[in-house]
Amino acid sequence: MLVSYKWLQSFVDLGNITPEELAEKITKSGIEVEGIEQKSTTMKNIVVGHVLEKETHPNADKLNKCLVDLGEGEPVQIICGAPNVAAGQKVVVAKPGARLPGNIKIKKSKIRGEESNGMICSLQELGFEGKVVPKDYAEGIYVLPSDAIAGSDALELLNLNDAILELGLTPNRADCMSMYGVAYETAAILGKSVQIPKSNYTSSNEKTSDYISVTVEATADNPLYTAKVIKNVKIGPSPLWLQTRLMNAGIRPHNNVVDITNFILLEYGQPLHAFDYDRFGSKEIVVRRAKVGEKLTTLDDVERELSSDHLVITNGSEPVALAGVMGGANSEVQNDTTTILLESAYFTGAVVRKASKDHGLRSEASSRYEKGIDPKRIHLAAERAAALIAELAGGEVLDGLVEFDQLVTEPISIAIELSKVNQFLGTELSLDDVASILQRLQFPYQLDGEKISVSIPTRRWDLQIAEDMYEEIARIYGYDNLPTTLPKGEQTAGGLTAYQKKRRIVREVLEGAGVNQAITYSLTSKEKVSQFALTKAEPVELAMPMSEEHGVLRLSLIPHLLDAVSYNRARKNENVSLFEIGSVFLSNGAGVLPKESEHLAGALTGLYINHPWQAQKVVVDFYTVKGILEQLFKKLQLDTMIRYEKAEYEGMHPGQTANILLNDQVVGYVGKIHPSVEKQYDVKNVYVFELMLDELLHTNVPPLAYTMIPRFPSMTRDIALIVENGTTAGELEEIIRTAGGKLLKEAKVFDVYEGDKVEAGKKSVAFTLTYFDPSRTLTDEEVGKAHEKILTALKDRARAELRQ
Amino acid sequence: MQDRLNQLQEEALLQIEAASSLKELQDVRVAYLGKKGPITEVLRGMGKLSEEERPLVGALANEVRGKIAERLQEKQVLLEAEAVQKKLAEESIDVTLPGRPVPQGNDHPLTRIVQEIEDLFIGLGYTVEEGPEVETDYYNFEALNLPKDHPARDMQDSFYITEETLMRTQTSPVQARTMEKHKGKGPIKIICPGKVYRRDNDDATHSHQFMQIEGLVVDENIRMSDLKGTLEVFAKKIFGADRKIRLRPSFFPFTEPSVEMDVSCKICGGDGCSVCKGTGWIEILGAGMVHPNVLRMSGFDPEKYSGFAFGMGPERIAMLKYGVDDIRHFYTNDVRFLKQFSPVDSSTEK
Repeated sequence: MLVSYKWLQSFVDLGNITPEELAEKITKSGIEVEGIEQKSTTMKNIVVGHVLEKETHPNADKLNKCLVDLGEGEPVQIICGAPNVAAGQKVVVAKPGARLPGNIKIKKSKIRGEESNGMICSLQELGFEGKVVPKDYAEGIYVLPSDAIAGSDALELLNLNDAILELGLTPNRADCMSMYGVAYETAAILGKSVQIPKSNYTSSNEKTSDYISVTVEATADNPLYTAKVIKNVKIGPSPLWLQTRLMNAGIRPHNNVVDITNFILLEYGQPLHAFDYDRFGSKEIVVRRAKVGEKLTTLDDVERELSSDHLVITNGSEPVALAGVMGGANSEVQNDTTTILLESAYFTGAVVRKASKDHGLRSEASSRYEKGIDPKRIHLAAERAAALIAELAGGEVLDGLVEFDQLVTEPISIAIELSKVNQFLGTELSLDDVASILQRLQFPYQLDGEKISVSIPTRRWDLQIAEDMYEEIARIYGYDNLPTTLPKGEQTAGGLTAYQKKRRIVREVLEGAGVNQAITYSLTSKEKVSQFALTKAEPVELAMPMSEEHGVLRLSLIPHLLDAVSYNRARKNENVSLFEIGSVFLSNGAGVLPKESEHLAGALTGLYINHPWQAQKVVVDFYTVKGILEQLFKKLQLDTMIRYEKAEYEGMHPGQTANILLNDQVVGYVGKIHPSVEKQYDVKNVYVFELMLDELLHTNVPPLAYTMIPRFPSMTRDIALIVENGTTAGELEEIIRTAGGKLLKEAKVFDVYEGDKVEAGKKSVAFTLTYFDPSRTLTDEEVGKAHEKILTALKDRARAELRQ
Repeated sequence: MQDRLNQLQEEALLQIEAASSLKELQDVRVAYLGKKGPITEVLRGMGKLSEEERPLVGALANEVRGKIAERLQEKQVLLEAEAVQKKLAEESIDVTLPGRPVPQGNDHPLTRIVQEIEDLFIGLGYTVEEGPEVETDYYNFEALNLPKDHPARDMQDSFYITEETLMRTQTSPVQARTMEKHKGKGPIKIICPGKVYRRDNDDATHSHQFMQIEGLVVDENIRMSDLKGTLEVFAKKIFGADRKIRLRPSFFPFTEPSVEMDVSCKICGGDGCSVCKGTGWIEILGAGMVHPNVLRMSGFDPEKYSGFAFGMGPERIAMLKYGVDDIRHFYTNDVRFLKQFSPVDSSTEK
């Protein structure tokens, strides 16, 4: 809502308060003033000029040479390119030395050899937006009324020196979508009273009811409809003061009658509509729901197909307006209109909202109906509009009105208690304090001891419950004046859950290993969604996605991490290590919430360590990533429950991918991405992993306990085994562990060799075995026995020979 | 013989003096003090001496021996020290060459902000609650006093999946779920971080996915002044002790009264600049007293209980705190961006 300071001043005595001070007060007590604009601050030296003569520029067909009286000294010559400039006009002239918005400076100049002493201005050049400029002047200069005085200040005349406050209204403060509402708000803040303009006109002898009748069929949508008729009007431009009021409020002037309806809409917040009575097509107004397939061409010349969801005003046979949204072209007020049928009605928010949404049509009227209007102003607005039409368009207002009225407005009264007000706000207000706030708000009230019964005026339909009144009291009292305290009640122990604590540790481990946390989008494309998924599932789809790219919910975090790797690679960031913790969404069927499983995924590529001057480079490979995960599992006390198994996944390298099993259940995988995926994402040598983090973190692990530092030495034996190429280190380790018994403490691979020195098809794997007993020093003999057992088992189960 | 001994001593001392390595010194030791050395030889020849001369020569020989041994020892210490010095000199390196890099990653800046806020409120006795990102219309809207045809639903266009399920548009459904779990009994003190989704085209200031963090306190006798006090603690801890706060009335369907909180602008200190659009204030969060309908719907008696809630966007806070100019940076994961949020931040010290 754009609020003119000058206009507001006509309702409330603003005294010496500057627009800036007023804005600050309004903002602090409830409505955010999002901006203040005073166009004249960017302009100077702009006056009214009288065009005395006009002829075509001798050297340019499209330019005009004008002789303009600026009210001082000799008339001056100004070159003007506007097609509509004419002798006799009063126009806006920027004199040499003038400044225009956009920091444009006007100087005396020569245009195509002819002297020009200034510029004749269009409204756009004066800082008005094109959409508010009257259509007649959209392509040329603006023509002032003939009574404008040459040489006088044009900025004053055009109300450009008015300060316009832009109010950001929250949905509950639709009462301030009118000057009347803003006036009450301002008066409450400043402790002043409100003057409401009076409507005075002399009615004609003819009765409105002889001209028109009203029938409302859709009474639920339209409980109140009134109409007045004004005849003998003369359509023409509105007076300048009215046009500038509208333009400053962001509305384009059309003609006097339409402008008056818009003016009243701004003033009272009550939408009005003016029909051309003679074009209306009948003598009866019928309000009903539209028939399916019925059509109406609205004022914007768009033909609209209607449905039974839409409320229409008809002449008994066909629609003439989409109720509360926009009038029809068939009954539009035109220059030859002489009789006006003026509508002032109450349409419910729901029906207007539906029509406005279905047709993509938001008008000043619809936005007010949607958010609610004050039923008390419906008649007042009609009377005031009629009076203004009589005054400004020379009309004759017919006696009385026609109406359909089934609108019931229950008076609202809210009961509050002083102690509760203070308890709720934390204040120590007295009864007098509260009473004086209610007086400022102009809310009638009754006192009964400390109980206060507040009658809520219809203009504040947002106030319903006690808490609403607490807010009114607090905001007028001033939020700055509220004390600051902390909750006093029962003390609570704050903290994280075990899961949340472990999740922080997961981040610490990964970050300690050089991996950066990433956050990517949960919504992905159908094309990417199934790749890399740990659990195969039908993806959850949005009903109306904004783009293909973000149409379904992810089943894996890896695709977007690869996007991030690709994004980095395209920017020459070759070494990238990223992890993400986030949910994947597994469908539980339509209409039911999906299962959200928290996953941990990572993507690493390039150099893991780069120390060039010592020629030390560690390139990320399978074992780099696996090493990081092993570190993580150790930290989470899961390392003894985890094992790896070769695996195949869509999008993964079949020879370099392993499932990760936790107590024999697959909880994730790690590996290199497939060359086809490298191509798809334009990346190279990327290693990824994805884990069901929730499964890992919900696994029970033993409490941490101290193990005694060994008092006896351990013994180690190294063995090198020749085995088939296909035999894995994991298999060998498993055999060693089972055969090793209690004495074997650790079996660690220290060398793997394939090549000339072993038989083709075979490889050598070397282990260091550590034997240990916490209670004593082991003898060679005991160790030898255990060792023999291991070697025999290796031979029997893996055909492993000791390397000679 | 005495002359011979004195001569030997003189020679030996000269040679000790001249020795330039431990090896040479050892040679001198062997040459003079060894079993085949000249002093031993002199002693062996003592039989030829008279009774009177023998003890004198013997004493002298021992004295010479002692003197040489003493000098040898002195020289040895000296040479050893020299050898150490030499070795150290050889081992000298260029200490200005760069060290071996240790891989180190860091939290995403949004996680950093969220964790900072979580930890602050944990210290005030709050727990951290989380909830699903796909929500029912009931928890996302209806339980928060936003019935199906409420005009405020326009404020947050949503990604629906079916008529009854959608991507949550706010973390507030976690509040409704938590209140329900408490079955009408306080106190509740929670902080709820998480991802939320709205139908916005991604640009420098909008993102279809972003983070929110909300707080909720429900107990007997919770006052609006408690909300103000809590927010003041928050603002000073997160933005710095010298910052002022301002509450402005606002509107949210789930709170009544509703407020927005501004923090005084860091850049201009409140005088007005381009960052705060000349107002001296920067909008940080929305808050309010929990609407009685919300309490009632979640099983709390509004006659007995009251509460406050607040919510904010970590992206906005990160943008203000660190001067990030484009919200998309948080989701493209450029490593040159991410790595900037590793070091400690002194902005709230003082």
